[in-house]
Amino acid sequence: MAQFLFRRTVNAVITVFLILVLVFVAARIGGDPVSIMFPDGIDAETQAAFEANLGLDKPVPVQFAYYMLDLAQGEFGNSIHSRESVIDMYMDRLPATLTLASLAFVLSIFMGIGLGLIGALRRDAPSGRLAMTVAFLGYSVPHFVLAILLIFLFGYVLRTLPTVGNSTPYHYVLPAIVLAAGLTAAIARYTRSVLLDVLSEDYVRTARSKGLSDQLVHFKHALPNALIPVVTVLGLQLTSLVSGSLIVEEVFAFRGVGQLLVGSVRDADFPVLQCGVIFFGLAVILINLLVDVLYAVLDPRVRVAS
Amino acid sequence: MTTTLNPSNGTASIRARTKRHRLFFTIRAAPFVVKLSLLGMFTVFAVAIFAPWIAPYDPNDTNILNSLKAPSWIAGGDPDHLMGTDKLGRDMFSRLIYGIRVSVGLSVLGVVIGGVLGTVLGMLAGFVGGFWDRLVSSMIDIQIAIPFLLMTLVAIAALGTDIWVLIALLGIAGWETYARVVRAQVIAIRARPFVEAAYAAGATHMRVAVREVLPNLVAILTVLFTLNFPGIVLLEASLSFLGLGVQPPTPSLGRMVSDNRNDLALVWWTALSPVFVIMIMTLMIQLIGDWLRDVFDVRLREGRRQ
Repeated sequence: MAQFLFRRTVNAVITVFLILVLVFVAARIGGDPVSIMFPDGIDAETQAAFEANLGLDKPVPVQFAYYMLDLAQGEFGNSIHSRESVIDMYMDRLPATLTLASLAFVLSIFMGIGLGLIGALRRDAPSGRLAMTVAFLGYSVPHFVLAILLIFLFGYVLRTLPTVGNSTPYHYVLPAIVLAAGLTAAIARYTRSVLLDVLSEDYVRTARSKGLSDQLVHFKHALPNALIPVVTVLGLQLTSLVSGSLIVEEVFAFRGVGQLLVGSVRDADFPVLQCGVIFFGLAVILINLLVDVLYAVLDPRVRVAS
Repeated sequence: MTTTLNPSNGTASIRARTKRHRLFFTIRAAPFVVKLSLLGMFTVFAVAIFAPWIAPYDPNDTNILNSLKAPSWIAGGDPDHLMGTDKLGRDMFSRLIYGIRVSVGLSVLGVVIGGVLGTVLGMLAGFVGGFWDRLVSSMIDIQIAIPFLLMTLVAIAALGTDIWVLIALLGIAGWETYARVVRAQVIAIRARPFVEAAYAAGATHMRVAVREVLPNLVAILTVLFTLNFPGIVLLEASLSFLGLGVQPPTPSLGRMVSDNRNDLALVWWTALSPVFVIMIMTLMIQLIGDWLRDVFDVRLREGRRQ
């Protein structure tokens, strides 16, 4: 177990380092910040002063060392455009994004397992087919397509829900549904297929032959065993919440970290981009690490095998 | 990483005629929706190829006097414009046709680049082994560990929204699936007598790869192409939607949605028609992909790292 955790952690650290290198290289290629700050150009002397101030006059390896040192101290610099502290900009928006992601997460677990259950237990009935059709739609339709359809339906036709920004709790409803769609579909499909496998296992037959009620067999014997592998797919798809939030926040003009990151790419605002990529990268890597640990705890075979 | 991928009748090469026969019968036995999707995708490809002959107008011809005309088939519509016009008076039908051409064209390019890249690297890893195998395998792990949308954002920030950058990114997006599968297949095929015989007859790695192994990979690669396609279409549409993909005035479906979504308060056709085209396209490809996977009994475990 300890060895398994150690190997996972080493992998995670290497991945974080690679992301840092990637962002550093991208920032060097993407053009110097001084010319982005002053698109009309400035005189050579001021330019040199700015470059010296930002450490751009030093050799690239030295720049990389400073960059790593700054990051180690939590120093992410200021936005090229607004001159605000990047870390403050993200901290300001983080709660909204976390709330949205948690809502979507909880929503997709309930809906996904529910749909999967219906799909497996009512396999040949219309309700089961309908459940799987919904899952298929959630799985194949892009986030922004679903978002536009819901915006049109609830914002313009029914006029029941707000579609722009995140000023009230009502503003979270549509973004959370859209963000949850992909994860819901993945959980539903996986729960169904695992549940179908489990339902043909010997211990389920034994439980049935003991005369236990269907409900007891399904919820006490089959479902808990089916959920172990579902945890893995959950972890794998959880990262889809991260990339999904980039698009969902953009569609709904939701003031979160995803919107900030996408905007920074358009503005070539590298300090903001850098912080965002590190933030999202860390989130994904931590989620994956957590899922690995959780999986090892849930399933003894993984511990032994490693 | 265990990736098993077995066409139901084994990988032994089958005479071309039997293959065609089998394909014919498989399609005949396919569910109705799959047949419909196949027909639909043929239409989509035909539209993409013959766009200049189908589109009644130049997709970029603006005419402010003609702004936001309704589709010809609804009451009060403009008889000259089948799908109405957008804010700038451009013919929506022509823009959709060209949008399909751009999206499908870019996605096909991306899938082919990813397929070639992945196959070559997978073969390299499988044949040469040793250092190259370790290198390719860790590249695959990195690609899986970092969410691709993040890498895409970093790359676009550094290199700009050039069309070649977009094509390269769409190509890189899927290479690791091919590489993983091809690597595993090559290792399996290498151990078979006919490959040994080829080596004994003095064939080089190159010759064995092209003449003996590649023909055995055709079926699997076809399935992988189809499975990869919706993801690439989705990535292109999402990037264009975010304003980071295809740049105006070139019509692309994703960009059309984001450009026209603010007009939803006034008219539905400018934003909803590209949304429906994207939705129907992704649904059709997904249906075909799922069906092909069942036919070939492909167990493509989603990439769990190691």
